[in-house]
Amino acid sequence: MKPPAVGYARAGDVQEVVAMLVEHGTDAKVLAGGQSLVPMLSFRQIRPSFLVDINRVEALDFVRDEGESLLLGATTRQRDVETSPVAAAAVPLLPELLGHVGHVTNRNRGTVGGSLAHADPAAELPTLVTALGGELLVEGPRGPRTVAADDFFVAPHRTSMGFDEVLTAVRLPRLPAGTGVAIQQIARRHGDLAVVGVLAAVRLGPDGAINLVRLAASGVGPVPVRLHAVEAALTGVVPTTEVLDAAAEAVSAAVRPPDDIHAPASYRRDMACLLLKRAVGAALRRSEVSA
Amino acid sequence: MINKQTVSMTINGHVYTGEVEPRLTLADFIRRRCGLTGTHLGCEHGVCGACTIMVDRRTARACLMLAVQADGCTLTTVEGLAEGERLTPLQEAFWNNHGLQCGFCTPGMLMCATELLQTDPDPTAEKVRTCLSGNLCRCTGYDSIVTSVLSAAERLRS
Repeated sequence: MKPPAVGYARAGDVQEVVAMLVEHGTDAKVLAGGQSLVPMLSFRQIRPSFLVDINRVEALDFVRDEGESLLLGATTRQRDVETSPVAAAAVPLLPELLGHVGHVTNRNRGTVGGSLAHADPAAELPTLVTALGGELLVEGPRGPRTVAADDFFVAPHRTSMGFDEVLTAVRLPRLPAGTGVAIQQIARRHGDLAVVGVLAAVRLGPDGAINLVRLAASGVGPVPVRLHAVEAALTGVVPTTEVLDAAAEAVSAAVRPPDDIHAPASYRRDMACLLLKRAVGAALRRSEVSA
Repeated sequence: MINKQTVSMTINGHVYTGEVEPRLTLADFIRRRCGLTGTHLGCEHGVCGACTIMVDRRTARACLMLAVQADGCTLTTVEGLAEGERLTPLQEAFWNNHGLQCGFCTPGMLMCATELLQTDPDPTAEKVRTCLSGNLCRCTGYDSIVTSVLSAAERLRS
């Protein structure tokens, strides 16, 4: 339960991070809040030769309202986002969503970028950026680039970033006023990674029909899954119990959950359907009819 | 290739300096190099909460930080809560309400509850439970721990 021998350097800015990643090659790892990386080191699940500590890259520690979106710097602590009025005003689900990420003590250290780059398919922030169709800002030796959420997560704990690239920020689009947003998940204990989760954003038009819907599920595949087909089925429809039942059925067809020690695939599928109904229901209760 | 690094940090008002390998956890630095064994190590992978300390006034799990990361930081461990022999109201509440049995989890419980009471002077029992949900008590004495925190909150408010 002790980390393996490893090199270490603390970077002061993004250019330094990239230079270190280039220098140390594919065996280097970026160390942010360390809430996932350090236990993996202690278990010897990974043995990087070098750690690039980005905790003191102050330029990446920010919460910025961009009007149409919210921009969160990669080293911003999850707890700082959770308690930020600016973040809550732009993406009202953030405080509640981050409340599911470990415990306060984890969120004091854990960073926004760390959770996204760790790319656990059951984690909350990857599910949020997937549901909202957000963007990931990445920087490497060939300069900065922007990656759509759908193109960022590749496999469990794998992203489309190169070994010499670092995540610098995430952009979360602001949803129109009146949109209700909710997250529902099943975890063995409070603070554990979810077995299955569903995030829903819904807005109703004056006719009572849904005119905006965003849905994503976690824990049901190798990456967070945006439920496009279910979104299409719910758009323009008045949400009745029958409609929600049919949407839940559609979830079943849209996901291919894994079988693992935490839960069988059939359980995950059933729970994804159930949580979809609960999440859409909760989001509807929080929505306001738009003019 | 893997060079030792010099780290220096303030723990409970005293400056500690040492040469460390990057892989040394902050918890091991505090316990072995500084001799501050009040910070307990249970699981060593961020699940039990026993090693919780304060880093720059916020709780952190000392097993999930490397000592090199705390260079220049200001830390408080459980030894730094009381002023000499005078316990904090929270520590006294644990004493009076049977908030500890074997005492292994107590340092982590005290650090997390201290942080809670600094930000929320009047927490509900549910909030206290949520706050301490990341701290495992192997004696399962949770009820008395929650009672202790609520009692300390009441005393701090009066």
